[in-house]
Amino acid sequence: MTGSGTVETDLLAIDPEEAVEAIVASLREIVGKELRRRGAVVGVSGGIDSSVTVALCSRAFGPGRTLAVLMPEADSSDDTLDLSRSVADSLGVQAVVEDITPILEAVRCYERRDEAVRRVVPEFGEGWRFKIVLPSVIGTDAYRLFTVVAQSPDGEQIEARLPAAEYLTIVAATNFKQRTRKMLEYFHADAHNYAVAGTPNRLEYDQGFFVKLGDGAADVKPIAHLYKTQVYRLAEYLEIPEKVRARKPTTDTYSLEQTQDEFYFSLPYEQMDLCLYGHNNGISADELAGLIGIAAEDIHRVYEDIDQKRRTTRYLHLGAQLVEPVPEVPAKAS
Amino acid sequence: MEDAIREFLAANFFLGDDPAGLPGSASLIEAGVIDSTGVLELVGYLEDTFGIRIQDDELLPENLDTIDNVVGFVTRKQQEAGTAA
Repeated sequence: MTGSGTVETDLLAIDPEEAVEAIVASLREIVGKELRRRGAVVGVSGGIDSSVTVALCSRAFGPGRTLAVLMPEADSSDDTLDLSRSVADSLGVQAVVEDITPILEAVRCYERRDEAVRRVVPEFGEGWRFKIVLPSVIGTDAYRLFTVVAQSPDGEQIEARLPAAEYLTIVAATNFKQRTRKMLEYFHADAHNYAVAGTPNRLEYDQGFFVKLGDGAADVKPIAHLYKTQVYRLAEYLEIPEKVRARKPTTDTYSLEQTQDEFYFSLPYEQMDLCLYGHNNGISADELAGLIGIAAEDIHRVYEDIDQKRRTTRYLHLGAQLVEPVPEVPAKAS
Repeated sequence: MEDAIREFLAANFFLGDDPAGLPGSASLIEAGVIDSTGVLELVGYLEDTFGIRIQDDELLPENLDTIDNVVGFVTRKQQEAGTAA
């Protein structure tokens, strides 16, 4: 916390070369020896996490045994596919494009979701876009309820609080996207005898920011122990294309652009990383406040929010629970 | 009103083996009775059942985190509405 580095670089300092070597060695051990698969499939979104994950797999198994699956859909940003391709091209790994829009239409993902939005915003229709947002914990102890923000084709915005039934239906319908992508990743993994590498960083993994049996499903999660700030350090070291590293983290899930911190996290990732690190390492709210320039009472709120999210998302991490143990079938790799 | 609120909580959330024994002063969040989605459901139930509108700045633990607080809050809201009418 002293010297020439910033608080961020000091607290979350990482030797990228060392970290990459350790992950690559573990990937070979886990995938090759324990899972007995000969390569890896990664769903690549054009975001930083999947880009670093596919680069690590490429180092571990070689570009010839790493498959990038690019799965845009109707609500994806215009630049998603180009960014994803640029990552695959820079690594020399094979890329397969699977437009998942027809599958999502077939399961009525958009229709179910739009019906729920329309129950809250009756004007919502053709050409409208929307997102759901959550207020920040900063500055208030108030409970946070989701709001739908709908935008008409001519730019008019309507905001309304989401009742529970509509909120749950919108999330449930939207989860089709992550689950469809995972289904296709496993198709390609099965077809090649590869493992599926998941892409959560530590913030997402710890705080349950994933869909169960969607982006939460994988055979191995190479960067789940790394704070997002550290993932960016690895991205630089792994020479991930600059335009991917410069992209603002987004859910790329709703038709109106939505940042991760307005949907789920309390703060932008740089500050969330520091709060999670502080909480994990027993740094008091007062002490961290002095280091990162956020009021101690707000850090205390973020610490409480971290604990609350861990409680409420615990079930996302759990596999199917057995009524009685079956000791002959160990759940963990040996 | 308290009975109705307890009935709603018991019907929608896990109150433990003795639902009637949950103290009116117990934190519903800390006791693990409701989570953030539960707060959303509770707010919807209170608005629909008791004819009140809960503003964002009223979504506070002192209004909603215990059965006693909820009863007091809803009673105040109804009285305010009655006074205003």
